[in-house]
Amino acid sequence: MPSPSLNKVLQRARRGLRQHLTPGRGAVASLPLLWLGLFFGLPFLIIARISLSEVVIGLPPYSALVDLAESGMLQVRLNFANFLLLWEDNLYLDAFANSVHVASVSTLICLLIGYPMALGITRVRESLRVPLLMLVILPFWTSFLIRVYAWIGILKGNGLISNVLMSLGLIDEPLHLLHTEFAVYLGIVYAYLPFMVLPLYATLSRMDNALLEAAADLGCRPLCAFWRVTVPLSLPGIIAGSLLVFVPAVGEFVIPDLLGGPDTLMIGKVLWTEFFNNRDWPVAASVAVALLALLVAPVLLFERFRERGQSE
Amino acid sequence: MSRLPLIGLLAATLVGANIAAAEEPVLHVYNWSDYIADEVLQQFQEETGIKVVYDVYDSNEVLEAKLLAGHSGYDLVFPTARPFAQRHIKAGIYRKVDKTRLANYGNLDPVIMKGLVDLDPGNEHVVPYMWGTTSIGYNAAKVNERLGADAPKDTWALMFDPKVASRLADCGISLIDDPTEVFSAALVYLGKDPNSTAKADLDAATALLESVRPYIRYFHSSQYINDLANGDLCVAHGYSGDILQARDRAVEANNGVEVVLTIPREGAVAFVDVMAMPADAPHPENAHRLIDFLMGPEVIAKISDFVGYANAIPASLSLMDEAVRNNKGIFPPQEVLERLIAPAELDPAAQRSRTRAWTRVKAGR
Repeated sequence: MPSPSLNKVLQRARRGLRQHLTPGRGAVASLPLLWLGLFFGLPFLIIARISLSEVVIGLPPYSALVDLAESGMLQVRLNFANFLLLWEDNLYLDAFANSVHVASVSTLICLLIGYPMALGITRVRESLRVPLLMLVILPFWTSFLIRVYAWIGILKGNGLISNVLMSLGLIDEPLHLLHTEFAVYLGIVYAYLPFMVLPLYATLSRMDNALLEAAADLGCRPLCAFWRVTVPLSLPGIIAGSLLVFVPAVGEFVIPDLLGGPDTLMIGKVLWTEFFNNRDWPVAASVAVALLALLVAPVLLFERFRERGQSE
Repeated sequence: MSRLPLIGLLAATLVGANIAAAEEPVLHVYNWSDYIADEVLQQFQEETGIKVVYDVYDSNEVLEAKLLAGHSGYDLVFPTARPFAQRHIKAGIYRKVDKTRLANYGNLDPVIMKGLVDLDPGNEHVVPYMWGTTSIGYNAAKVNERLGADAPKDTWALMFDPKVASRLADCGISLIDDPTEVFSAALVYLGKDPNSTAKADLDAATALLESVRPYIRYFHSSQYINDLANGDLCVAHGYSGDILQARDRAVEANNGVEVVLTIPREGAVAFVDVMAMPADAPHPENAHRLIDFLMGPEVIAKISDFVGYANAIPASLSLMDEAVRNNKGIFPPQEVLERLIAPAELDPAAQRSRTRAWTRVKAGR
């Protein structure tokens, strides 16, 4: 005999299910779920499965988790040593901390540059907005890799910047800009700035200007109106933009590999080393799983916190 | 007129059509960068009508990861025999070579073939392509200016002795970005077994590398070719043929840079790169034809002339440029040959320790 509270839960579940199964609605809702399951859930399960296996010399280069022994006994072997290794060696935590650091600073810089840009675009003549937005999106028409390579040409010792400064007589020796932390920040901010500008523009352009007028009428100067009206109202855009920059920047591999120096320790590079130098797919997979856990957990907590804040 | 020849002709046409239908005239090759002469590939395409789709890599690790993932789509790859092809053969990822399809198989150097038997019993899976050493290339004028013309150059001290390396740092020292290559060189410089897995040896080599780390400009496996040629780099740890290509490019550019290849007296890693077909190669028939083509003495002599590596076809020697044939960096004298070392296959734990130490050297943590 189910308890009353359990009954209530069951009832709710039944109602939810019925709602869910309403023909049109169910189909529409299941599309993104199917997408997530196919392109996020399934690959994640495969990675999680590799992270619990052992290295072997073979194709594929990791052991099977389940095998049917000759005696007909089903054997399941899970290897947690890979995750232990991540704890024991400070390399992985260092790399993770450094990645988070680089991504946070880059996100902040993107916000500082992107916010005035987005705000500016909403304040210009209507006819100029679309061309300006096009200019933000235009770099995507060139391959990401080519754009990063272009920065190598600009930053390197006998590259554009050094040559121009030297011909102006401002410096005598070529600058060592390439293969530095600075170059990594520059590359990430350059590559991800549009991801900050677009969501910010989307929220800012929907804002009602009457609110600013009301603030002015109530004696709030423009700067005060900006801090007390514009910024709080654009918070969803700030959060969306920051997540869109921060999350991919943490796992970024191409930019630190091409623009960074050998002392730029980021988790993407550590993953590469595990995969290519050590041929240790299981440890590489564990790094990926741990990274996901460390990244997704704060994001989920944050979402929950925000939802609660909104409902109150 | 007898009808028999006609039937024979018809049959032959049918068989021919059959073979052509079995395999489209395409071949996917994955080889090291700067490791073939373009004219040779063109000649092959003209003679056979097979279109070669040619991709390049600059590290065995990248090739290996693609092969171990399976379904690489490549028909012919060029791994280094030790420890890479050795491990791949153990993992069973290569197709056996059908020697009956290789008319030029008898051209191969029996000494090199015998040297490969331990990793490929019966020489069943791989065919040697080129061999060389991982040595030192340096800019003669710049190094002489800093160390003096009489200072010894045929030594790893150029990059591993802090007193010497610090004097060369301003004009640039580069190391290959590969723990196996660098640790083998560092261990042999310390007078230890280059394949040692003992912790004390690894620690000593790591300490040595850390002591010269401030003087190393970068770690890369192919960038040094251009930089040596342009005079942007003083000393490079590099593959012998690549260093010779840098020398040739400087001569072509007529920029006054003289690049010299030297095999260090302490010893150096010798490598044999082999040709192999992945087990799931879509066009094995065409791959066999290219392997056979590359064993032709005239063809391989042209490649050796161009890339600066010795090959496995003794009959090609007399067909090479005299400058290549007499180059002691390509064909080392006997006493140097005796000091060359073969990298052994490390077990995963030893490999991990080396890679970890390598990260520590490069990143400083």
